[in-house]
Amino acid sequence: MSLDKATVAKIAHLARIKVPEADQEHLAGELSNILNFVEQLNEVDTVGVQPMTSVAPHKLRRRPDAVTDGGVRDAVLSNAPETAEGFFVVPKVVE
Amino acid sequence: MTKLIQGETGDWEVVIGLEVHAQIISNAKLFSGASTLFGSEPNTQVSFVDAAFPGMLPVINEVCVEQAVRTGLGLKAQINLYSVFDRKNYFYADLPSGYQISQFQQPVVGKGEIVLDMPDGSSRTVGVTRLHLEMDAGKSVHDLHPSRTYVDLNRSGVALMEIVSEPDMRTSEEAAAYVRKLRAILRYLGTCDGNMEEGSMRCDVNVSVRRPGGPLGTRTETKNVNSIRYVQMAIDYEVQRQIEVLEGGGSIVQETRLWDTTKFVTRSMRSKEEAHDYRYFPDPDLLPLELEQSWVDAIKATLPELPDDKKARFIADYKLSAYDAGVLVAERASADFYETVAKGRDPKLAANWTMGELFGALNKQGKGIEQSPVSAENLGGLIDLISDNTISGRIAKDVFAEMVETGKPAALIVEEKGLRQVTDTGAIDTAIEGVLAANPDKVAEFKGGKEKLFGFFVGQVMKQTQGKANPALVNEILTRKLKD
Amino acid sequence: MTDLTKLSMTEALAGMAKGEFTSVELTEAHVRAVEASRPLNAFITETPDQALAMASRADAARAKGEAGSMNGLPIAVKDLFCTAGFQTTAGSHILEGFKPPYESTVTANLWRDGAVMLGKVNLDEFAMGSSNMTSHFGPVVSPWSPGTLVQRDAGAEEGGFLSELTAAVRQPHPVQEWQWTRKLVPGGSSGGSAAAVAARCAMAATGTDTGGSIRQPASFVGIVGIKPTYGRCSRWGIVAFASSLDQAGPMTRTVDDAALMLGSMCGFDPKDSTSVDMAVPDFRAALTGDIRGLKVGIPKEYRVDGMPAEIEKLWRQGIDWLKSAGAEPVEISLPHTKYALATYYIVAPAECSSNLARYDGVRFGLRVEGKDLKEMYENTRAEGFGEEVKRRIMIGTYVLSAGYYDAYYLKAQQVRTRIAQDFEEAYKLCDVILTPTAPSTAFAIGEKMDDPIAMYLNDVFTVPASLAGLPGISVPAGLASDGLPLGLQILGRPFDEATVLKVAGVLEQAADFNTLPPFVAARG
Repeated sequence: MSLDKATVAKIAHLARIKVPEADQEHLAGELSNILNFVEQLNEVDTVGVQPMTSVAPHKLRRRPDAVTDGGVRDAVLSNAPETAEGFFVVPKVVE
Repeated sequence: MTKLIQGETGDWEVVIGLEVHAQIISNAKLFSGASTLFGSEPNTQVSFVDAAFPGMLPVINEVCVEQAVRTGLGLKAQINLYSVFDRKNYFYADLPSGYQISQFQQPVVGKGEIVLDMPDGSSRTVGVTRLHLEMDAGKSVHDLHPSRTYVDLNRSGVALMEIVSEPDMRTSEEAAAYVRKLRAILRYLGTCDGNMEEGSMRCDVNVSVRRPGGPLGTRTETKNVNSIRYVQMAIDYEVQRQIEVLEGGGSIVQETRLWDTTKFVTRSMRSKEEAHDYRYFPDPDLLPLELEQSWVDAIKATLPELPDDKKARFIADYKLSAYDAGVLVAERASADFYETVAKGRDPKLAANWTMGELFGALNKQGKGIEQSPVSAENLGGLIDLISDNTISGRIAKDVFAEMVETGKPAALIVEEKGLRQVTDTGAIDTAIEGVLAANPDKVAEFKGGKEKLFGFFVGQVMKQTQGKANPALVNEILTRKLKD
Repeated sequence: MTDLTKLSMTEALAGMAKGEFTSVELTEAHVRAVEASRPLNAFITETPDQALAMASRADAARAKGEAGSMNGLPIAVKDLFCTAGFQTTAGSHILEGFKPPYESTVTANLWRDGAVMLGKVNLDEFAMGSSNMTSHFGPVVSPWSPGTLVQRDAGAEEGGFLSELTAAVRQPHPVQEWQWTRKLVPGGSSGGSAAAVAARCAMAATGTDTGGSIRQPASFVGIVGIKPTYGRCSRWGIVAFASSLDQAGPMTRTVDDAALMLGSMCGFDPKDSTSVDMAVPDFRAALTGDIRGLKVGIPKEYRVDGMPAEIEKLWRQGIDWLKSAGAEPVEISLPHTKYALATYYIVAPAECSSNLARYDGVRFGLRVEGKDLKEMYENTRAEGFGEEVKRRIMIGTYVLSAGYYDAYYLKAQQVRTRIAQDFEEAYKLCDVILTPTAPSTAFAIGEKMDDPIAMYLNDVFTVPASLAGLPGISVPAGLASDGLPLGLQILGRPFDEATVLKVAGVLEQAADFNTLPPFVAARG
């Protein structure tokens, strides 16, 4: 698999990472190499094989419906780059 | 029968599917121990899990799973004993982790159905495709600052059920009936309060139009419609818009639209226009959800009687019309109210009083049955007074009005105001004698064949007795005396 | 007095129990060693005040007879564990300055048992790397890097106008300084942990292992590192890289220390859905040295092309050691071994692409403004993440995207099932598996950076067990001809860390590895 610049731009957009156009070619090459490397998996016969969902041996535990958390607004906001009136603040979003 | 819309160039058939997001009733959130209470100060009901801090992990709330299964059972749906939580990846200001934990390929509930009660008394079955568990996002507030958006994560992580219908509906009325019925079922089950104004139930409306019998048209999805009236309006608007576009030679764009609650139009959502690629994959922080059949059975054993069964029973046991039964079972509280009133009493009379006087009074006051000033026991007491001839039906209306005012029991009002019906034939005799004596000309006319005047005499007698005379006795004695 | 930094943890516990020295003294010695080791760049954050406060609390607890199992032992914490009130960076610019308001379960367990925090140690950014070169805070230099002590006149370098004036009258001020002739990597991603423990500035360190991040650096610097079974240690409060693979574990200088520290770190945590509710055995009690009759699997597929002959030789030596202790080597087959790396480099990036979406400049860490929200995201993440992290996020995003999910992600998870099945089959024939830990000794800083795949090959022997969630330990087994340490790896059945540690103890004794890294030897 060889990625082109347009695909790199698309992935970068999905991942919300700015990739300057000048770097796209180089990155396309690197990513293509990795994809070529992993494509050896096609040699493995996996017909009827269940995909791994977890290596943990137990069933999903369920916790009781009790309020045990929250009420820590100051701590929740303490690392935020921008806050106001108890809210996190981000550049305006237009819907 | 398919309902068609007449266009300029021929008939169109409407195809509607609904996705309803219903907030699960629980104390704590789906994956964290923060409270779900509505209307708190911003970010006060947020754990580090809800705010997706580094190293935080989800642990699922048992009751949320139970509520989803309960709802599935209420929709007569397949319960999947093995289901999987997936991550739906996208960036948004109020989605802290950058993914929503949801269920994609293997939901906890599969196919079910909802029976719609149409206003004309007919019913129609709509398929439910699936129900899955997912977490809610936070809330973005756009109007607190001219150039910034404020983010409140109180809702982030609250448990939702997404209930997806088959594209089985053909009119906006059916869609409205679907939402109404679904809401009733959720409320009966106690799994969602169905409060659309507070956002605990939201609809995404999928609409397309096609030529009758033709292939499906391109659909649009109008997001987050938050009242039944708006569901209907949004569909009607969207149908007209799509037909106009198509008849004008255009084509429908598959897109997400927004219901504008000030202009009553749907419009394209710019922020969601970009091609989506959610990159679903099983959440590695959670194992598959595995349920025991015995656990599901135990929930099933606690299901309440649901609207459809209740309606059938009301028709069979109380001999109510399908329409009356449908109205009474629409809310569990009104059905319970009715049954308390009807217990040991004439069911038809109980239905008339509940649906006529009581619902009318509540409507006027803008109250729900839960806030009724007249309790079911008291309404029953009123009916008892009518049945045992203590008061007449007419007096009963006055007593009822007083009950709505004061909340007092009927018997007390009757005593206090001396409204007990006069059943003493002597007293009625006297009153009738007086009326006949005072109106000799009318008596002559009556006897001359003008039988319409009978009502006049009854009216006069009732007036004499301040309405307290037993009308049947008045009729009987008056008839006898006028024939003399 | 003996050099307190040369003791093992179990020796130090004995010394403190006998009253030979206090935790404060032990900690002070290590705080000085941390300062002396700054050229290694092993620490991102030093917390000497905290260390001394914890040490005196430990001394008080011992006086009251309430000493925990790790009481008074100064250790380093990989900067991937959230520590309440102390900066936690994950080696990334995007988390620089982040102070978690909570403590990870694993570190909380260690503090509960009396351990002392010296500081937060360096790592590959978000634990993605095998060299510690991807850290935003610079590479860590292995204490094994060759060099010499040179004399230099510190006074002469003070410089400036005034010093020229006084030059004629001042006294010479000679200092000894270590100068490297070649800087080597400590391995990664737990490179700071490995360097700090090998350099004797921390008695032990926490590490995390996603594809070999404890075992490979342990091998590179000649220490012990164990990755327990997935689910043994809680992941709560550890910055996630790849959730289905990440496991915490101890990095120590002896197997006994590893057993001691693992016992403290692990245990059931209801806050982690993947944590296993299973009793924690007394790992130290398992170190009986008796491995008679134990079947040791030797996987034929681990003889990879281009592996240096001396690694092959050391592996054979390890087999012989275990054989003379009474174990029985059996050849086993793990047929899907060669696909493990490719599987790993799909699964781990896929999970990381999603796990790292939360670093968006909204609630914590770096924000780089933009004209709108989207641009703010893109600027923040472009500037906040390093090249390797970005590469993996991009690969992960791609393999999950519409149209490619089945071909890459689903396929990889199916192969992963195959790999796990290989181990299940193998454990019908053997009790543990012996392999080399890494296919080479440590390489120089700067090498392999332009070739991601060459770098990925470092993990070829460690990744299969990670994919299957199995426990594995690296034990220093000897020196290669370049004078650098090499480790052997022992893998075990799920939750059978006890047997893994027991066999490791036997290997440790046989190998008798006690060479000090040149940097430490020079310190004296």
